[in-house]
Amino acid sequence: MGMSGLTLLYALLFYLATLLLVVGVGYRIYVYSRTPAPLKIPTTPAPITRSGVVMRMARELFLFESLFKSNKWIWIFGWMFHFGLFLVLARHLRYFTQPVWGWVVLIQPFGKYASFLMVAGLLGLWARRFLVDRVRYISTPSDHLMLALLLAIGLSGMSMSFLDHTDIISLKAFALGLMYFDWQPLPADPLLLVHLFLVASLMIVFPISKLLHAPGVFFSPTRNQVDNPRESRHLAPWAAQLEK
Amino acid sequence: MAAPEFEVPKLKGFIEIPQIRPGAMQGVKSFEANEKIQQAIGYPGKLEEGWEQKAVNKMGEMLKKYRSLQVFLDACVHCGACTDKCHYYLGTSDPKNMPVARQDLMRQVYRRYFTLPGKLFPKLVGARDMTKEVLDDWYSYYHQCSECRRCSVYCPYGIDTAEITMAAREVMDSVGLGQKYTNEILGKVQRIGNNLGMPGPALEDTLSGFEEDVEADTGVAVKFPIDVKGAEVLLVTPSADFFAEPHVESLIGYAKVFHAAGISWTLSSHASEAGNFGLFQGSYENMRNVAMRIRDAALELGVKRIVVGECGHAWRVAYSFWNTLTGVGAGADDKYAQMLQKQLDHSYPQPAHICEVTLDLVKRGAIVLDKEANDDRIITFHDSCNVSRGSRMGNIPGGQFIIPRELIRASANHFHDMAPGTTHEATFCCGGGGGLLTDDLMEVRVKGASPRANALKDVVDNHGVNFLALICAICKSQFTKVLPYYGFNMSMVGGVHQLVSTAIQLGAKQ
Ligand code: SF4
Ligand code: SF4
Repeated sequence: MGMSGLTLLYALLFYLATLLLVVGVGYRIYVYSRTPAPLKIPTTPAPITRSGVVMRMARELFLFESLFKSNKWIWIFGWMFHFGLFLVLARHLRYFTQPVWGWVVLIQPFGKYASFLMVAGLLGLWARRFLVDRVRYISTPSDHLMLALLLAIGLSGMSMSFLDHTDIISLKAFALGLMYFDWQPLPADPLLLVHLFLVASLMIVFPISKLLHAPGVFFSPTRNQVDNPRESRHLAPWAAQLEK
Repeated sequence: MAAPEFEVPKLKGFIEIPQIRPGAMQGVKSFEANEKIQQAIGYPGKLEEGWEQKAVNKMGEMLKKYRSLQVFLDACVHCGACTDKCHYYLGTSDPKNMPVARQDLMRQVYRRYFTLPGKLFPKLVGARDMTKEVLDDWYSYYHQCSECRRCSVYCPYGIDTAEITMAAREVMDSVGLGQKYTNEILGKVQRIGNNLGMPGPALEDTLSGFEEDVEADTGVAVKFPIDVKGAEVLLVTPSADFFAEPHVESLIGYAKVFHAAGISWTLSSHASEAGNFGLFQGSYENMRNVAMRIRDAALELGVKRIVVGECGHAWRVAYSFWNTLTGVGAGADDKYAQMLQKQLDHSYPQPAHICEVTLDLVKRGAIVLDKEANDDRIITFHDSCNVSRGSRMGNIPGGQFIIPRELIRASANHFHDMAPGTTHEATFCCGGGGGLLTDDLMEVRVKGASPRANALKDVVDNHGVNFLALICAICKSQFTKVLPYYGFNMSMVGGVHQLVSTAIQLGAKQ
């Protein structure tokens, strides 16, 4: 079958989006890791061993520990959204693997309904931007747009799962084709096209937006440093120059 | 006390989150440093043509030197979790005192000059040009932050507004806009040796006065030695301990502890200041210069141990930064730091907090405390922000909360903690930290103290608390000044070592 213009367009869009995502995030990670942290600034009480820090980071990543201490509403909505998103993304692996990995098959049903969790979390977070005067004050147009984008991705995806099924077999062929440079036609289903376009947009803005909190959290010196400044000397290269 | 020119918040005994009142604190500005003060610590005297670009360049330079700044400016998702965590927001209702909004003052400029969306679509992402208007906001609101780190406890990414405030102050200084209070003191400490500008001879006089007082009081010849070569301990304490009330009472406490335990100790006229305002002002170089005096004094006097008196930010600098800045600590593999570390006795933590030292002596039975001597006091303890969230005591996480409390309980019978959520890592700053302890910011100080004052009111009303125990010179000065605005008696403020001083048995007494 010959390649339609549409397939070509989406194939190129996804190559571009992937390239920008990988290069962009890779560059940010490079910048973060290259920038020294000249002083010991863990927010104390902090772990006094490396393994303690790994545990602290794990609690932040999986349980959102600080957020839990801070605000139960944001915690519950934020956690619903992120956990839902995780399951949904994991479920999507079935479009990129052949044969589909065992655990991906296992979570299929959860992944499907996790989209409700994800969308409910997003709606909750968005509601706060209108209802809480302090959060309304700090919200910028881009904060609203980002929520709108995520929500639109979620809703368009859910419509395909629950209302108007798209041609999954061809879609999978298209996805695998992208990966192995053996391009296959993309089904011209409007919902699918919208969904994919929004996902590509998200991938493109990721490295230049606040979505950088995802790599950023690993580099936060207040969370990832060991509390041992009396026991060992911590010196950044530029600071060491001052002793010369 | 003159009638205040602003409304003092009413105390309720608990903390309420106010509705935002934009612009409530807009006009409040700390006095600016004059050219002489600025130039004395190596900054331009005033704003000059082209300062905007210079400020942006300075930001770019700092982004390369501080990972905290780079990551924190990128990572914030505007979730709002920190919005109700700052005592200045709680006390003033000004939304620019919400930690995230305070950060945004710098983040907006960062986005404009250092990110693609900010360059292309400034409105969309809330990016702003560096203008005089923006700078005015910076100056106002970066001097309404005490760098207390409470917000960083609650942020899911640990974003520490204190780091942003410090960077902003450094950028402002570098284009010639500095704060009079902090920068004047930074000049003094480097020229004279302490923040008060008290020269050596005056200090010796003061100390011999204390010797007479204590002897008259107790009949025991407790010494206050200074510049004694070969002493075991060098005590570095905030200079307020030499002249201010109730600070002096704690200094007397330290002297009694060393006396009773038979430890030889000394102060240093060259390093007669534990405080390090370089922290507040955000300059690594200035902070290092100030810390260098302690290294010099320790090497010169040949001491084996370095002990720090009751001072919050000083303890953060000592505990967390001294090893980095000047090698006061352990575990160095470079020559520079080893020069000092070889001299120090590493069977003790270096540096040690005076509370660590005293409690250890109590536990070993080297000093004896008579709790009943403090029976007229019903005590509560205010965790100082810098100690709580920027340092540690002892060898377990959270030792900074346990050790002072154990020491209070060893010195007195009546103790009540304030409400959870206002103590330990969740403690509220006194309202006067971070370079805000100046009369020109009295409105900020009084309002910023309201969360603490509310928690205090609760234990005063319900448990009859009549003594607020502190381990910070700034807290002591701040509370004696602002608590009367809330109807508390300033004499209820004192140091933990004031309690020790009352309870300690000097031997000759029995
Ligand atoms: S560091 Fe303290 S004073 Fe500054 S914004 Fe955070 S909570 Fe407020
Ligand atoms: S809690 Fe952290 S991420 Fe959330 S708004 Fe405040 S600074 Fe930003």
